[in-house]
Amino acid sequence: MKNKYDVLVIGGGPAGAIAAKTAVEKGLSACIVEKRPAIGAPVRCAEGIGKEALHEFIEPNPRWISAEMTGAAIVAPDGFLMKLESKFAGNKVGYILDRKFFDRELVWRAAEAGADVAVKSRASAPIMENGCVKGAKIESCGQITKVSAGVVIAADGVESKFSRWCGIDTTVPVREIMSSVQYLMADIDIDAHTTVFYLGNEIAPEGYLWIFPKGERCANVGIGISGKKSGEGHRAKDYLDRFVKKTFPQGKAIECIAGGVSVCQPLDCTVADGLIIAGDAARVVDPLTGGGIYNGMYTGRLAAEVASECIEKCDVSKTALMKYDKTWRASKMGKAIERNYHIKEYLIRQPDTKLNEIIHSVSKLNLSDFTTLSLIKEIIRVNPKLMLELGTLAASIR
Amino acid sequence: MLKVHRDICGYCGCCVSVCPEGALELIDAYLCIEKNCTSCGVCAKVCPLGALEVADEK
Ligand SMILES: Cc1cc2nc3c(=O)[nH]c(=O)nc-3n(C[C@H](O)[C@H](O)[C@H](O)COP(=O)(O)OP(=O)(O)OC[C@H]3O[C@@H](n4cnc5c(N)ncnc54)[C@H](O)[C@@H]3O)c2cc1C
Ligand code: SF4
Ligand code: SF4
Repeated sequence: MKNKYDVLVIGGGPAGAIAAKTAVEKGLSACIVEKRPAIGAPVRCAEGIGKEALHEFIEPNPRWISAEMTGAAIVAPDGFLMKLESKFAGNKVGYILDRKFFDRELVWRAAEAGADVAVKSRASAPIMENGCVKGAKIESCGQITKVSAGVVIAADGVESKFSRWCGIDTTVPVREIMSSVQYLMADIDIDAHTTVFYLGNEIAPEGYLWIFPKGERCANVGIGISGKKSGEGHRAKDYLDRFVKKTFPQGKAIECIAGGVSVCQPLDCTVADGLIIAGDAARVVDPLTGGGIYNGMYTGRLAAEVASECIEKCDVSKTALMKYDKTWRASKMGKAIERNYHIKEYLIRQPDTKLNEIIHSVSKLNLSDFTTLSLIKEIIRVNPKLMLELGTLAASIR
Repeated sequence: MLKVHRDICGYCGCCVSVCPEGALELIDAYLCIEKNCTSCGVCAKVCPLGALEVADEK
């Protein structure tokens, strides 16, 4: 680690890795600081990603693909199962990654391209000059180094402390944090190529429970519930343990992880003088699905592209960096977040009887493209009444 | 006063993201509580594992 870089990236997740790689490809010097001792571990993720989304950034490699998915299923509160299949039967629609290796691959590629990487190195404070972020204090193994930078990209994940230290409120509202637990379970009977989502207030209040296959008899079995619904005796772990005991009594958990996923609106503004906020730190997780790998990579890349333009023009003011904020909001990703936020708000207000009704309307859907948008469109097609209930939101779904 | 049960904590950062005071900091696997903690209990509520507890001051 040197004392000065064009771009200093805080956090070695997908957002930070793609940001650093993009920055060096643009001819800038860049360094990733990651506070954990190893990139990618422990995993904080169910590891699912859509096929197209992954291909936009990297060609799939069996080293970090655990399983290929050909379909999905949604289980209603009363146990009724709706199957989602691709119009093209047997088609791959998504992957379950092995993020321990996937995250490493992304950081390794950034390093190959010329970025510096420092693990066990934590940003502990910003360096500020006249209200402008000029770098960060990095604590690594008992040593504090001041690293100055043209632009700092805060990709520090759900904790998002760095931006907070710079004066931006990143607090996630309690009702909008998905309090999550997941077991990697072995020796269980599953369909190895179908992801399954369970809905309902008894099973996962204001969230969902998932089974994401990692192999023939192995899967990520996890849950996220609203922070509002969490408390002593009814935490995410209590709900998951109850489900696992009933559904996979013989299964063995070979890994237990916890996590928080923000399903709130993104930050009001994702830039400041000398600072760009990317990935989970900017609260750009899809509020309906809780998916944030793609959104992290997308915002990471864009952050570095805008940083590069601004550094070249010697203007890293908030006004100049606003191009980043405006671009992602206007993008397909930004629009999907906005739409899915409102759909999530609608869905969490529905009682189980209503969810049953919606899911019972069809036992099998063939989707032309495997996205939440086409799923929602199909569900509305078979439940025309929903269009009225969604009110103004309906316009964004057409 | 807020207490961390280190044997339960999975150092996941969920609590850090909801603290209105920014009083929690994860240093790798070690969750630190800073002096500005008001013992409001928000973090203890959302912890997926139940590793936090607002204990009575004695
Ligand atoms: C239980 C669970 C299941 C999920 N399932 C899915 C899924 O199936 N599909 C999907 O797309 N998304 C899923 N997500 C969301 C996904 O994991 C995140 O959106 C994604 O990891 C975001 O990437 P990121 O780079 O923004 O942040 P992260 O991957 O969280 O990386 C941030 C990094 O910054 C580091 N860091 C933090 N503070 C500092 C500091 N001060 N100094 C240095 N380093 C620091 C952290 O240690 C961390 O490594 C899930 C999340 C959880 C919790
Ligand atoms: S939410 Fe709970 S398990 Fe996660 S870091 Fe905080 S105290 Fe530990
Ligand atoms: S008790 Fe309140 S102030 Fe203290 S760490 Fe928890 S959320 Fe923050």
